[in-house]
Amino acid sequence: MKTILKNCKLVNSDKTEIYIEDGKFADKFDEKIADEVIDVNGRTVLPGLVDMHVHFREPGYEYKENIATGSAAAARGGFTSVCTMPNTNPVCDNAAVVSGIIKKANEVGLVRVYPIGAAGKNLESNELAEIGLMKEAGIVAISNDGKPIATSGFMRKVLEYSSDFDIPVLNHEEDLTISDGAMNEGEVSTSIGIRGVPTASEDIMIARDIILSEYLGIPVHICHVSTKGGLRMIREAKARGVKVTCETCPHYFTLTDKSCENYDTNFKMHPPLRTEEDRLAVIEAIKDGTVDCIVTDHAPHHQDDKEVEFSHALNGIVGLESSFALCYTYLVKPGIITMEKLLELMCYNPSNILKLGRGGMNVGDDADLAVFDLDNEFVFEKDKMLSKGRNTPFDGWKLYGQTVLTMMGGKKTYELR
Amino acid sequence: MGLKSKDLLGMKQLTPEEIMEILDTAKTMKMVITSGNKKTSHLQGKSVVTLFYENSTRTRLSFELASKYMGSTSANISASGSSVAKGESLLDTARTIDMMGTDIIVMRHPQSGAPHSIADKLNASVVNAGDGMNEHPTQALLDMLTMYERFDKFEGKKIAICGDIYHSRVVRSNAIGLAKLGANVSVYGPRTMMPIGIEKMGVTIADSVEDCVRDADAVMGLRVQLERMKSSLFPSVAEYAKFYAITPEVLKLAKPDAFLMHPGPCNHGVELPTAVYDCDQSVINKQVTNGVAVRMAVLYLLMARRNNL
Ligand SMILES: [Zn+2]
Repeated sequence: MKTILKNCKLVNSDKTEIYIEDGKFADKFDEKIADEVIDVNGRTVLPGLVDMHVHFREPGYEYKENIATGSAAAARGGFTSVCTMPNTNPVCDNAAVVSGIIKKANEVGLVRVYPIGAAGKNLESNELAEIGLMKEAGIVAISNDGKPIATSGFMRKVLEYSSDFDIPVLNHEEDLTISDGAMNEGEVSTSIGIRGVPTASEDIMIARDIILSEYLGIPVHICHVSTKGGLRMIREAKARGVKVTCETCPHYFTLTDKSCENYDTNFKMHPPLRTEEDRLAVIEAIKDGTVDCIVTDHAPHHQDDKEVEFSHALNGIVGLESSFALCYTYLVKPGIITMEKLLELMCYNPSNILKLGRGGMNVGDDADLAVFDLDNEFVFEKDKMLSKGRNTPFDGWKLYGQTVLTMMGGKKTYELR
Repeated sequence: MGLKSKDLLGMKQLTPEEIMEILDTAKTMKMVITSGNKKTSHLQGKSVVTLFYENSTRTRLSFELASKYMGSTSANISASGSSVAKGESLLDTARTIDMMGTDIIVMRHPQSGAPHSIADKLNASVVNAGDGMNEHPTQALLDMLTMYERFDKFEGKKIAICGDIYHSRVVRSNAIGLAKLGANVSVYGPRTMMPIGIEKMGVTIADSVEDCVRDADAVMGLRVQLERMKSSLFPSVAEYAKFYAITPEVLKLAKPDAFLMHPGPCNHGVELPTAVYDCDQSVINKQVTNGVAVRMAVLYLLMARRNNL
């Protein structure tokens, strides 16, 4: 199979044509022998994006999302690789579940799915999961996302044991002993009478994990940072040489807790939306390199889990189909960061942290790519999403950067119609 | 004039003019209650349903009497307020009541925002009779009526509120309403029961109960739930009564003509010594009449808005 993409706009290259042969980027060949020639009309072609933090809900919660719909949503967002969090049912804490997810994802074939294994059995903070066996089955990291690692003692064991297998540890930072709320604790939560999740809850655990990482000399990756204080500590730790990396999400630099004022549960997630001060700190940290990756924390929920009282609603929003456009519209277009920098955040850095080997566009690399329309505004509509979840706070937003085409291994996985 | 919204969800949604209109209407309604014949025809042929997901005696009875004094058909529903009760079933229940031709649903719910989540999906008007820790607007309105009967304007008056500020929807509604009318609200309570950022709602946090009450024109005590002791918000009743209660000595610091309010039910000997509850300055029992008057005014004005559309 030979494919040519014509009239491409590439970042850092004057080339206008891309050649693909048998799923890999190839040297130039004659158009006459091509099976398909695609004219992308001057749109921007980027390496396929990598999202190292998604929830595909399968096995166990297929009514919210499954591997097929999650993969389709990823492809529509321009992603060719995603890492799935282990809080499924059963929990992805053993090799059998890992293998099952990979097998299903391969059958679907719309995105490369790299499972993340649980750190503790059943996401508890007492017994280690079989990290070695899960690595053999294909996990790329471990995490107890959704159920924070409660004690320093268990976190230490997780870091130490996973280092034997060279498996990165990704941690959701939340001290549940001071966090029993449904939104950021502050003036807005006080005014509308919702119990709060203080920034201190996140910062305390970030501090703990930096201290442990530094003490043990083992890397740690901090999930979805939302606070100014957390970012400050990570910045300082990095400057000291601590092997800490971190990620944030588009909602933390586009929204604040003010959006919760009308009790709309599509603005409810963990960590919660913070204040304007935190939002600006997230942008600053993206700019200065404190933030390594932008992830979606794609968390689809059924309307029955969301159309309830604010405190009862489950946490999380979908993100795969809006992420690139939000990043482009709010970071690149206003000149806060360059497109090269955005590619680091949404492709190269997550690939490097998890050693996925993605993002290359050289001859011989897997032909993973995404084509975006950066010039024309479009309206993001929840009813057009391919995810089963409709829980997006961005319905109706006018954005730039609509996905036109996504290819994984030279195969079309999404095409705008 | 009249009310802009079909619902009364909170003091947040009311303008100063609307608050004053409710208070003025309530003054008229109070004359009905204190007259020999407690019957008007304002709600003749209309229906009011109270839907309570939390126990309440006085608020519910107060609404029920208010609607009956004005001639409406009324019904009461008690639903389970268990913490797993889903909003979906709340919406289903509310829709059913709505479809039966109900004009006004008076609702109390343990979750903040519960009435907000159903109001725009219903034809009926929704009156918030207390939602979680958010608001209890008719309680604030009755407190304000009590004040309004004693001073002609709110501007520049100092209102002291002492007790469990964090969990209190009464404080939130009073703080918002009083600030809108230009009063100065001072709050005090254990720091463990003081919500972060309350000062952004236009209130002042006092340094002590004395500081809070000093020179106040009106003083309000709040109920302290003894369960809070178990969650380490304060160590003992004795300690609470010593450092946080409104004692006769504390009350003396207020202006000479100041009066004492309490939304009830009161824990005698905890937030208020019984001697204070019953003292000359206490208007706690008189407030109850105002509760009915204010609820009559609210039901009347909402119904007038419905009739004019
Ligand atoms: Zn998480």
